[in-house]
Amino acid sequence: MTAADVGRLPDTFRSAGSSSFTEFVATHAPELLPARRPLPPGSIDAPHGTTIVVLTYAGGLIMAGDRRATMGNLIANRDMEKVFATDEFSVVGIAGTAGLAIELVKLFQVELEHYEKIEGTLMSLEGKANRLAAMIRGNLGMAMQGLAVVPIFGGFDLDTVTGRIFSYDVTGGCYEEHNHHSVGSGSPFARGSMKKLWHPDMDQAQALSVAVEALYDAADDDSATGGPDVLRRTWPTVAIVDAEGSRFAEDASVAAAVEAVLAGRTGNPGGAR
Amino acid sequence: MSQQPFYVSPEQLMKDRADFARKGIARGRSVIVLGYDLGIAFVAENRSRALHKVSEIYDRIGFAAVGKYNEFENLRVAGIRYADLRGYSYDRSDVSARALANAYAQTLGSVFIQESKPYEVEICVAEVGTTPEGDQIYRLTYDGSVADEVGWLAMGGATEPLEAGLKEQWRPGMTLAEALGLAVRLLAMDPAGGEPRQLDQSGLEVAVLDRTRPRRTFRRITGPLLAALLSESDPTSDAPAEDGEPGHRDILHDVAGDQASASPRHTSTNPQTQRPAEQDAQEGAGDGAEGD
Repeated sequence: MTAADVGRLPDTFRSAGSSSFTEFVATHAPELLPARRPLPPGSIDAPHGTTIVVLTYAGGLIMAGDRRATMGNLIANRDMEKVFATDEFSVVGIAGTAGLAIELVKLFQVELEHYEKIEGTLMSLEGKANRLAAMIRGNLGMAMQGLAVVPIFGGFDLDTVTGRIFSYDVTGGCYEEHNHHSVGSGSPFARGSMKKLWHPDMDQAQALSVAVEALYDAADDDSATGGPDVLRRTWPTVAIVDAEGSRFAEDASVAAAVEAVLAGRTGNPGGAR
Repeated sequence: MSQQPFYVSPEQLMKDRADFARKGIARGRSVIVLGYDLGIAFVAENRSRALHKVSEIYDRIGFAAVGKYNEFENLRVAGIRYADLRGYSYDRSDVSARALANAYAQTLGSVFIQESKPYEVEICVAEVGTTPEGDQIYRLTYDGSVADEVGWLAMGGATEPLEAGLKEQWRPGMTLAEALGLAVRLLAMDPAGGEPRQLDQSGLEVAVLDRTRPRRTFRRITGPLLAALLSESDPTSDAPAEDGEPGHRDILHDVAGDQASASPRHTSTNPQTQRPAEQDAQEGAGDGAEGD
């Protein structure tokens, strides 16, 4: 490097080809990617995110997550956000090692925006789902040391005009789910709950209520899932994706849904109907 | 470079390179960048719908260029990579036009001196502030010089008449319609002094950095909105505050309507999603019946 090169954009910035931010970072600064970092042997106890539920309704999709992160038997965080808007038509929820998962979501958000700016067009929903799968696949080494990240991806497909759900496993397998799905430690209970409560052609308010109820059922039986915290007034994070784009539900509407569910379950804790 | 058979004075060498680059830039069509009350507008004469001269770099930063397409496209991509990498490893608010302009200046400067041919480009990096006083417009030329322009700049093609016109007619606080009207009037002028050409919206590429929008402020203005803004009889003077359709960085372009059946993307190559949609719907209905 000569004196004239100081401050110049490195050649990797100007190389032609990839519109992927991850691929660019892998060549330019691989240490910034979680998958490229050398891992010390042994295992550590890091905060874990827990339950995410997602379901479709007529014209869109709702994703909700509880707010608890746990570390062993301790509650590491009471108001963690585990559902994120990744671009204007998609959201992702994360379960597993919280630190890694949040880093992965951040990388994924930049990946989508980067593609959009370079290509001048939106990535297809399946393209986004596949990019996320590639990132999870890169994390396999960490997963084998106990630092697994399992996201769930939901988006509004502009081509079919419906909400669509994609789930993942630790090896990067990407599966399209229909109607509803859940990940995280409380997911068996949430899934059972949604199986009974979900029905086609629900409207947004009904879907919100089902999501809140599924999280309640998960928290009821899973110690790592946080129930609605009435005292602190921390409610689940609820993201909505429809033809208008992705956004978060207002606290007031979530609070109303939670309070309605709690009122309905008073004296009927299992929610039998 | 070190084994040249004849001595060429550094002055002559630099002059030759500068003349070469300048000729290349003057051959193209012009781009005008100018401030208006709610942001910064980019107006380029460009017949292509796909090969853009104006682009988004980051939340509040836009890019415009004239000259050789492959060379400025290369710089545009480098700028997006630079901004995204910085935003990723620091924070979104730490990405600034000034730092990007410096990086571009160093790059252009070292290409001008070291490589066998200088870049035949002139670029503009603009950052919209929260107030008009906070707007920044940088001009970067082929040799790496940076100029901090106030209010407007014109580059590419024959710039003297454009600069004279902007100096005379631009004033702070113009509405978007006034600013676009001025830019289009100047671009349509014949530098030789003849009749002005007719420039309609199909030959224009227009985009804005709109300071009133949250986060990403860059929007392309096309279709009916551009026509309304350019028409003197139409009362439209500003871009609507709401986007017509989320996702695309265009406001009010021709919305194609229901694309459900037309899209070639619908036939999927993903092994998990290749089943036809009808089957899904039936399964959905079945699932629901169980749930009731």
